[in-house]
Amino acid sequence: MYINNNITSYCTISKNVIYKNEVPVFEDRGADVPSFLLSAYQFLEVTYPKFYKMDNLSKLGWLAAEVLLRGTDIKSYAPEQVGLILTNANASLDSDLKYMESVNDIPSPALFVYTLPNIVTGEICIRNNFKGEDAFFIFEKFDAAFIETYVNNLLNNGILEACICGWVDVLGDDYKAVLFLVEKEEKANSVQFSKKNLNNIFDNLIIDKI
Amino acid sequence: MPAVYIVADNIYSPIGTTTTQNFERVKQGISGIKKHNDPALSDESVHVSLFNYNESEDNKEFINSKFERLLVSSIKDVLAIADIDATDEKTILIVSSAKGNISLLETDPAAPDLKDRIALHTSAKKVAVHFGFVNQPLVVSNACISGIMAILTGARLLQSGQYENAVVVGADVISRFVLSGFQSFQAISSEPCKPFDENRTGITLGEGAATMILSTNAKYAGKIKVLGGAVSNDANHISAPSRTGKELSDAIERTLSMAGLVPDDIDLISAHGTATSYNDEMEAKAIALAGLSIVPTNSLKGYYGHTLGAAGLIESIISIQSLKQNVILPTLGFEKIGVSSPVNVCTALTPKRLKTCLKTASGFGGCNAAVVFSK
Repeated sequence: MYINNNITSYCTISKNVIYKNEVPVFEDRGADVPSFLLSAYQFLEVTYPKFYKMDNLSKLGWLAAEVLLRGTDIKSYAPEQVGLILTNANASLDSDLKYMESVNDIPSPALFVYTLPNIVTGEICIRNNFKGEDAFFIFEKFDAAFIETYVNNLLNNGILEACICGWVDVLGDDYKAVLFLVEKEEKANSVQFSKKNLNNIFDNLIIDKI
Repeated sequence: MPAVYIVADNIYSPIGTTTTQNFERVKQGISGIKKHNDPALSDESVHVSLFNYNESEDNKEFINSKFERLLVSSIKDVLAIADIDATDEKTILIVSSAKGNISLLETDPAAPDLKDRIALHTSAKKVAVHFGFVNQPLVVSNACISGIMAILTGARLLQSGQYENAVVVGADVISRFVLSGFQSFQAISSEPCKPFDENRTGITLGEGAATMILSTNAKYAGKIKVLGGAVSNDANHISAPSRTGKELSDAIERTLSMAGLVPDDIDLISAHGTATSYNDEMEAKAIALAGLSIVPTNSLKGYYGHTLGAAGLIESIISIQSLKQNVILPTLGFEKIGVSSPVNVCTALTPKRLKTCLKTASGFGGCNAAVVFSK
């Protein structure tokens, strides 16, 4: 049985600009990665002290999820109905390098805890009380075909009712996050959950428009 | 959905290089955990399960990466005993690891291609090319549940009809990076770990690799099956487990329901049992909540240490051997129950007719996983 699922919201954070459903909602050009992430957090006008202790990967994914979920009906789902399937190329290497610097001095537990890629998943789950299935896969490049197949499988077999999926990657000055909210029901302005649409959104076709 | 059969498996660990060797030695109570005084690893002496034999002999191509040598050694053994063609387009390679080549940060920090060499997809691709896999390999890196997640991912990809065979391999290497991190958390036991014991004082780490070949090909009917599995998140804390065990219990309940089983059908639980105060307490609560308190339960960490991304695979394969040989293994290191909810911790080698085994794990990031295997 083939069921059409829908991308009901998407968010891209790249090159110091945040886009929500193709529309740029925030930019801070010229800032370095930590400053940009902090100014983006301030722009959202939320109070979430845990944000300050996160590593860059978690901050990036957390911010993308905040923007992605605003104005959606995500709260209408039970905690175990919502899950996350995230992917990237560099796992937690950005934080691994920082932790390694601390090892020869005093190894830092606050840095070590971020030396796993799926900590960003945990941070998003804590923020939103998501308790469904999560998974983190490592790919050289964004693999829309895999995301489409895997997430359709989770939704169509009743494992999840809504899935946040996509790409969150940081290494040094390079970063990119593209998250998609995928739901069974069609919503206003939703687009079909397909490899083609995932790739179009991921490839920043939107950036060319501004 | 078609049944998923376990065609063949391998454990490549400090205890032995085949599943048979590993199981025989574990049955004899042999552990890979030893006290090590190695300044490159740790300033203080520490108990770890490390390879004490040269695991590199015939893998010159992978001379710079112990992680990749472990993957290759484990896959090589299992492909030699299974009639599965790695080069078949219906076969996919799935790699599970928490930290992969991270030790290169210590041994080769100035390498110009360091970032690419550490990337897990690089290792997976090298190993795939070595054996001639034609599909892009899949890499799971989800902390300490990676191994179980890789098995579940494989089972799902096969059941969806996308592939017919999955070679699921996991490995992790213990170096200063990982060890110092757990030491910084005060999580390392000063003696070999004691899962579920009242005097447990933390984790013992270990290295190793394991491979499981899954297939939906009906010619394997009669082999042990992966009946189902589930993953959940605590949404509570990034490094501490749930206070209630509810989320792991939910994953167990969903696993049973997916497999069409009730708690009475479970003959054996292979728990995560890391021997930290919090993990074992949480697991005991989850096992009780799921109605499984009387089911014989063991933790294999006393034999292997915590092998991170390989743990789910190594411990599943040992438990599958338990099913095949109808014998329950004791929990090495355990003496007296030290958790607040009842758990039936196995303390002796016990012959018993076994049909179905539940394997669980939990990890940093609040993740939990369960999978059930049955004859």
